[in-house]
Amino acid sequence: MWERIYRMLVKEFIQVLRDPRMKALIFVMPVIQLIMFGYAVTTDVDHIKTAVCDLDKSPQSRALIERFTASGYFAVVGHTDNPLRLGELLDRGKATIGIQINRGFADDLRSGRQAVIQTIVDGTDSNTGTVAMDYAQRITQEFSRARAAPIELTQLAQALTNPIELRSRAWFNPDLKSRYFNVPGVIAVVLLLISLLLTAMAIVREREIGTMEQLMVTPIRPLELILGKTLPFVLISFIDVLVVTFIGVTWFHVPIYGSLWLLMFGAGLYLMSTIGVGLFISTVSQTQQQALMSSFFFYLPAVLLSGFMFPISNMPEPAQWLTYLNPLRYFLIIIRDIFLKGSGWEILWPQFAALMALGAVLLLISSLRFKKRMT
Amino acid sequence: MKKPNFSRIRLWALVKKEFIHIVRDPRSLAMAFLMPLILLILFGYAITMDIKTLNLAVYDQDKSTASRNYLEGFPASSYFSVVAAVASYAEARAMVDQGKVHLALVIPRHFARDLEQGRATKVQLLADGSDANTATIAMGYVEAITNRFSTAQLGAKVDLAVDNRLRVWYNPELKSRWFIIPGLIAVIMTVITALLTSLTVSREWESGTMEQLIATPVQPIELFLGKMAPYFVIGVLDVLFSVAMGVWVFDVPLRGSFLFLLGVTAMFLVGGLSLGIMVSTIAKSQLVASQLAMVVTFLPAFLLSGFLYTIDNMPRFLQVVTHVVQARYFVEVLKNIFLKASPPSYVADDLIFLGLFAMVVFVVALRKFHKKLA
Repeated sequence: MWERIYRMLVKEFIQVLRDPRMKALIFVMPVIQLIMFGYAVTTDVDHIKTAVCDLDKSPQSRALIERFTASGYFAVVGHTDNPLRLGELLDRGKATIGIQINRGFADDLRSGRQAVIQTIVDGTDSNTGTVAMDYAQRITQEFSRARAAPIELTQLAQALTNPIELRSRAWFNPDLKSRYFNVPGVIAVVLLLISLLLTAMAIVREREIGTMEQLMVTPIRPLELILGKTLPFVLISFIDVLVVTFIGVTWFHVPIYGSLWLLMFGAGLYLMSTIGVGLFISTVSQTQQQALMSSFFFYLPAVLLSGFMFPISNMPEPAQWLTYLNPLRYFLIIIRDIFLKGSGWEILWPQFAALMALGAVLLLISSLRFKKRMT
Repeated sequence: MKKPNFSRIRLWALVKKEFIHIVRDPRSLAMAFLMPLILLILFGYAITMDIKTLNLAVYDQDKSTASRNYLEGFPASSYFSVVAAVASYAEARAMVDQGKVHLALVIPRHFARDLEQGRATKVQLLADGSDANTATIAMGYVEAITNRFSTAQLGAKVDLAVDNRLRVWYNPELKSRWFIIPGLIAVIMTVITALLTSLTVSREWESGTMEQLIATPVQPIELFLGKMAPYFVIGVLDVLFSVAMGVWVFDVPLRGSFLFLLGVTAMFLVGGLSLGIMVSTIAKSQLVASQLAMVVTFLPAFLLSGFLYTIDNMPRFLQVVTHVVQARYFVEVLKNIFLKASPPSYVADDLIFLGLFAMVVFVVALRKFHKKLA
């Protein structure tokens, strides 16, 4: 039996690695994905494109604008003297926020009247819009406060206008870098795509070009065939985990506080599920086109409903229940906690247990289906 | 042998052949229409970027009227749900550690006394920073609630020297749905054009029917167009379907011109389908083609198009890379048509790039195709 599995393994490896393009893709794809996710997925908002229409042109109005740019959140991309032009810049998408300071701003401030400025925010991107509004409001308030309090009284005024001092600390990721959060997640997503797609398509391919019949007339047993077909992809996936982890740690400087062995163990359990799904797709697909489409049908919802990019706690209840059937959900918690929190077995065991159960069930169902189709 | 000229009859025959291929595989066809449906539902209902409920643990050492008043502001804001009142600092820590809460708030023993005596008091906030986005927004909310409480404590409302009058254009309620759905249509279309066409040519190679086609007097350009035409029709139908869902199911306003939308879609489809066929031509095997299609179409469309993640926030080199991502221009133009409805001349750069992309990829793909056939 082991001899047959071994032969099957050798055949699979030859087949997968025969095509030099495939060889490159298997190892280059995870790296490209990591780089794209690592750099592109920043939800940190800064350098918001700002257009300024300063009609007052006073030291005071300049000081206010200065406060906006000094904060680092806003970058002035254009000045204009025409309020209509401000709207046009937003229409064209050249600016995300427009600030208009009318004539009389400095006079109002000097004579103790409340001065008014106007800010238009492009709400198309709701996320950036919300943050931009928040920053703009905060900066204006700070400006007001600084003006209201004579310098020597600043301390007192601070206590007066702000009796509660809030000391915030973010744990595990003190600088709130979204990259730290994303890179471990990418490893999980890359694994899913590779193991799922390769397994599903490689099996259907044998059926499509007719070599499945040839395999079936050999004395190989269904279980051996399944093992021989899936083990190469398990191995490739493990190598990919190492490659991506290595780049994540060395290139992106993502700290890894926990145990690498525990991570590998989790990856093994996770691959049971993903390969189980791949196997299942292969039993319901006639052509590789169908296998590709079906894999995508699983892949996209799995990624979106995993907490990878969108927190699960924000989803409506029914969607939250669905996430419990998603192996990615559990592995994401495992990999992030091991990387960022250094959590060990005692905290993560429920995730491991869930992943193990899910993997066992998926693998069992697909293997049975696969066996039935063979005989 | 005399080279035969372009023939409309042969082209028509090829289009029919490709249509038969598609119809014979109703599952793939059904998925081409189910994909937008599922993605739109997922993004429309299941996924919001708006952060709604943040779980908060509270360690109130003071237990005074003042501290209770302060804490009441949290559930009242509807962003927070106080899930636990803990009795020790270690417990608050453990809650954050285990991921049971996003934030823990620690109120010091002399909170009420300090406030009464006009001394500044210190409230400590512990946030789980592993999700940077949620943490940043959560910390902002806590700050806002704290500021409001501080102002209320002062009794009299302090008049601020400058009143900033904020107005939000295009999406006044800042609904993330309005932001996501127009971009999503562009991403869906990229995925579908790639999934549909990336295997068409490699399939013929793999099953050996390409040799049969070469043996016929069919010309490469006819074959190319014949492969493209049916998917173009499916693509247009998909766009119409997605736009209809966006407008009628998700209430995203379509403020711009519908005809303009159709024109841009056609331009986009020519580029997208040509790219898929090119991938298919280069790859030869379906396994390679599918992987390659992921790298050159789906991932860039999802990550580098500005659909979710603002291009301006990306590092310089990646911003340059986004210029060769076709979806970027389509996302930009669709957002414009849906929400801004500014004249086409305002998005002229995007239109030029979209056209350029379609032309270049079409020509290169055809060339590659030519070479492989000859």
